[in-house]
Amino acid sequence: MNLPPSRFANLETEALSVREHIIRMSVDGGCFIGASLSCADIIVYLYNCVLRIDPHNPQNPSRDYFFLSKGHDVPALYGTLVERGFFPRERLSSHLSVDDSIYWHPNTHVPGVEFHSGSLGHLLSVAAGVALDLLLKGEGNRVFVLLGDGELNEGSVWEAMLTIAALRIRNLVAIVDRNWFQANVETESLIPLEPLEQKWRAFRWNVITTNGHQFAELQAAFDAALGLEGPTAIIAHTVRGKGLPSIERRADRWFANFTHEERDRLLDELHGRATADLVSEPLVVR
Amino acid sequence: MTQVSYEEMLIDLMNRDDRIVVLTAENRAAIRSLPRRVTDRFIDVGIAEQTMIGMAAGLALRGRIPVVHALATFLTMRAFEFIRTDIGIRRLPVKLVGAVPGFLSEANGPTHQALEDVALMRGIPGMRVFCPADIEDLVAALPAIVHDSHPWYVRYPLADQSRNHEPFVAGRGEVYGHGTDVAILTYGLLVREALDAARILSDQGHGVRVVHMRTVKPLDFELVLSCAESCRMIVTVEDHFRTGGLATAVSELLAETQARASLVTIAFRERWFKPGRLSEVLAHEGFDARGIARTISAELKCEEGSRVLQHLNPRTVVSIV
Repeated sequence: MNLPPSRFANLETEALSVREHIIRMSVDGGCFIGASLSCADIIVYLYNCVLRIDPHNPQNPSRDYFFLSKGHDVPALYGTLVERGFFPRERLSSHLSVDDSIYWHPNTHVPGVEFHSGSLGHLLSVAAGVALDLLLKGEGNRVFVLLGDGELNEGSVWEAMLTIAALRIRNLVAIVDRNWFQANVETESLIPLEPLEQKWRAFRWNVITTNGHQFAELQAAFDAALGLEGPTAIIAHTVRGKGLPSIERRADRWFANFTHEERDRLLDELHGRATADLVSEPLVVR
Repeated sequence: MTQVSYEEMLIDLMNRDDRIVVLTAENRAAIRSLPRRVTDRFIDVGIAEQTMIGMAAGLALRGRIPVVHALATFLTMRAFEFIRTDIGIRRLPVKLVGAVPGFLSEANGPTHQALEDVALMRGIPGMRVFCPADIEDLVAALPAIVHDSHPWYVRYPLADQSRNHEPFVAGRGEVYGHGTDVAILTYGLLVREALDAARILSDQGHGVRVVHMRTVKPLDFELVLSCAESCRMIVTVEDHFRTGGLATAVSELLAETQARASLVTIAFRERWFKPGRLSEVLAHEGFDARGIARTISAELKCEEGSRVLQHLNPRTVVSIV
């Protein structure tokens, strides 16, 4: 079957590269692979099509702000920052080394990271402060925050949602990576979030629901969000572990520390060559 | 040495005492099989530490003994005011178990580095603080802690490399060795590094004793004062900020009793540690056996030098990092 080339072929290629980076970070100590794979397409889309940020001058005062509130997904961010030219890809090989700062959560020693995270439920309020100042000064920068669905357990997120709506902080877009898992359990079996869309609406936010892996849908969602007077939430439905069938939707493959052989098999699997046979003990951590 | 895990001991205690309930804020690393084995007395509140502490207080008001779990940072800091106000003011017998404290957060970064948990918890009236060296140490103490009438904070230790310990008594430390040059006072993960450092130092001709404090609160006053009396130097070693931890507890005691002691504190001062793999972090920060021995050896030389020069300073307080 010959499919016509996608309008988003370049983004798909880049997302594949980002997933390779993520897989390469899942050894010698490991990383939060499942959650990173679920938001990779969203972050690739943001950095290619939405955010006005210069990789060579990421602190430019006129930039848009992007906050990764679910900080454990940082391999997806670092992979994208490398592909966008914020810093050289060689630096990813120092993952977890005490000689660099490429560890399990984002930090501003890495170019392109706006603020550190790792403790959940912090950055929606930090983003609100930045967005509020931009409004007060009449500046046109926009503010984006990526949240996890599990992160919505934290009460601080709901406080921020109330306050952002009350203060009518309209230049802010929150994106929820709705991958239906938190750590090693399914969200709906632990602390059900549904009906999620209605919850945000009841808090007086605009809500757009989309598929977080289809670039055409992401485009429609972000175009719509930017046309609205915010605050706006984009609920992006995703698959944890997306791109690797052997770990997709697996509760026990949130954090992984694979062997080098497993990594190689996962890289093959990513490119559709084989299904990986994983033997590493699933880790239960947070 | 027993082979009982923390989880097995906890389930065993639960089977004997139906007041015990186990809570977690979606952190199950230490209690992987417990949820399906004690379904009616296991509560996972999701990632909501404050709610967990409030609920634990409510359960304790009804006569339950809640044993709660979360990462040490989020447990002791995000929920701090709930611990202080809901558990502390009423002195409810809630047991707080903080995972991956200090260096055990490895490559997570500063957001996950609990380096002030001991300070925060020992500052709450009535709260007691236990920093076991290993699982063996924790498991042996668990029955006493669970059935004690005080609230307790427990720094959950590394899972491997257990050693035998003396029977647990709150407020009593464990002493290894009889050396009179240096007493290394420490707790938790760093006990094993301190013991290895003691071997290096004794090979260099120094007499060393290592004290595993076990409960930083209540502190073993007698033991600390006997070290001050019989050793040339006291060295506190902890994966914690210098402010508020063992260094502070020992300083307070020495000052209050006007004891003469040369005190060296090895702790973090005004910064977090470099994230990375555990063994590399320990070496990088000078907290592995070699690093600890190096610092102490330098301090001993420095002290000898000052004696020769007749600059007798009874209380040198030196700190690295």
